Amino acid sequence: MNPVEVQNLTVAYQKKPVLKNVSFTVPEGKLIGIIGPNGAGKSTLIKAVLGMIPKATGEVRVYDKLYRAKERVVGYVPQRGSVDWDFPTNALDVVLMGRYGHIGWFKRPGKKDKELALNCLEKVGMQEYATRQISQLSGGQQQRVFLARALAQDAKIYFMDEPFVGVDAATERAIIELLNELKQQGKTVLVVHHDLQTVKDYFDHVILLNINVIAEGPTEDTFTLKNLHQTYGGTLAFLEKGDILVGQK
Amino acid sequence: MSYEAWILIVGSLAGICCGITGCFLILRRLAMLADAISHTVLLGMVLAFLISQSLNGFYMLIGAAAIGVLTAVFVQLLHSSGIQEDASIGVVFTFLFAVGVILLSLYADHVHLDVDHALMGEITFVPWDLVKWGFLPELPKAFLMLTTVLIINLLIIILFYKELKITSFDPQMAAAIGVPVLLIHYILMGMVSMTTVASFDSVGAILVVAMLIAPGASAYLLTDKLNIMLIMSALLGVAAAIIGYYLASWLDVSISGSMATVNGVIFAIFFFFAPHKGVLSKRWSQRKLKLT
Ligand SMILES: Nc1ncnc2c1ncn2[C@@H]1O[C@H](COP(=O)(O)OP(=O)(O)O)[C@@H](O)[C@H]1O
Ligand SMILES: [Mg+2]
Repeated sequence: MNPVEVQNLTVAYQKKPVLKNVSFTVPEGKLIGIIGPNGAGKSTLIKAVLGMIPKATGEVRVYDKLYRAKERVVGYVPQRGSVDWDFPTNALDVVLMGRYGHIGWFKRPGKKDKELALNCLEKVGMQEYATRQISQLSGGQQQRVFLARALAQDAKIYFMDEPFVGVDAATERAIIELLNELKQQGKTVLVVHHDLQTVKDYFDHVILLNINVIAEGPTEDTFTLKNLHQTYGGTLAFLEKGDILVGQK
Repeated sequence: MSYEAWILIVGSLAGICCGITGCFLILRRLAMLADAISHTVLLGMVLAFLISQSLNGFYMLIGAAAIGVLTAVFVQLLHSSGIQEDASIGVVFTFLFAVGVILLSLYADHVHLDVDHALMGEITFVPWDLVKWGFLPELPKAFLMLTTVLIINLLIIILFYKELKITSFDPQMAAAIGVPVLLIHYILMGMVSMTTVASFDSVGAILVVAMLIAPGASAYLLTDKLNIMLIMSALLGVAAAIIGYYLASWLDVSISGSMATVNGVIFAIFFFFAPHKGVLSKRWSQRKLKLT
């Protein structure tokens, strides 16, 4: 049974197709990179898979069942810029939101939820910041809070949208360590990723996306110069000059 | 109870109802939509009157809630079909409001429901507009309506606190865990509509927007916690009503206008002088950073 199977997924915003006939299968217990240029539809792919935006066509199966958001097997880390960090709340409160899906209507997070949330903050090295207002955190710390919230969701599959953007090197290392830990626990983690240099180091499996799936498979066979050219088109020449393809040697 | 006491009570109730509802409007950046709804509910009130042939406040609340939610639904439909949000709001707002005005002038001309009154309101007359509901003694209509709406608002906020919070902070995450984001949005717009109508008699549609937005915006500058923001906005709404009343009787000006003005003045004060988020405090801490 595969954690995620997507078949013939097409998504359009106001008639303009953003994803066309996307199909792929995600293997269990792996770290998977979703790679593609800006505007390729990476965020849209995650949102459509999670049922947050309507699909024009296609089907998403999670562990062989048609996916519904309530099933709580999937955790989600949105792009950091997608929320207002001036919102009046603190780090612990944000992590507690990861528990909301488990709590049910009309109830509040209890003592156990709070302990679990603190535990998750500790896992990302943020326990001292539990009561800190979220606007008073650095970009890297905010990203860690988002990650802790995903851990609090206690899911089997995680979708993370650009968790490495705008974080410092220490945070990037901490995050990748955590992702590997999740993998050791048998979880499946899909990560939208931008930095082509680190793809080979971080991911077991990649999905190269640009409106269509250009290529998909184990990183070694799939993350090739030819496939990258197809995915990035003209922009890759520019990227090559910045010698991102050191990993190719 | 004395005339003065009723005005203070009704003004304070309107302050609380508007304040707590307004907090969510501020956090979701929905001030424009609230402005639209505060006008389109006129259509709801006229329809309620035409259908029920009475000025019963309860029907008014239901009519207003229905049209308020309809306003939000229309805006959502236009917006998701590719029209910009502010343009969608503008079109729906003017259309529904115009229909309300036309119906009013055609069929309800002779009743007390005149446009001037709905737009401007005047709390001065509230103590004499008495009604009898069930076993209760005769009480000012505005008092009964605002009390009803306050209870509804509090129930909604208490029952759906986590949903209101997560859909305000991170609607994407909320959708991902199966919270019905749009439904919560419409419930909130229903709250805004009923709050507006219940406050109409006291302040009217134009000033009610000030009462909805200002206390929440001030409270936002004063705290880092949502629950405290809600409590503060209620307190500030009450403070503005009380100060506004005494200011009006001292200067001999419109009480409603004075209450709304005090709301604006309170916001202006905190905008500059709030401890951490005020303009001066931010300037000051930036300067300190530069010096060190
Ligand atoms: N809400 C939206 N409405 C209309 N177009 C959108 C919306 N969100 C994204 N798009 C468009 O869809 C395309 C894919 O966007 P996105 O999935 O965010 O790309 P990526 O995450 O790969 O950078 C882009 O061209 C973007 O402009
Ligand atoms: Mg994106």
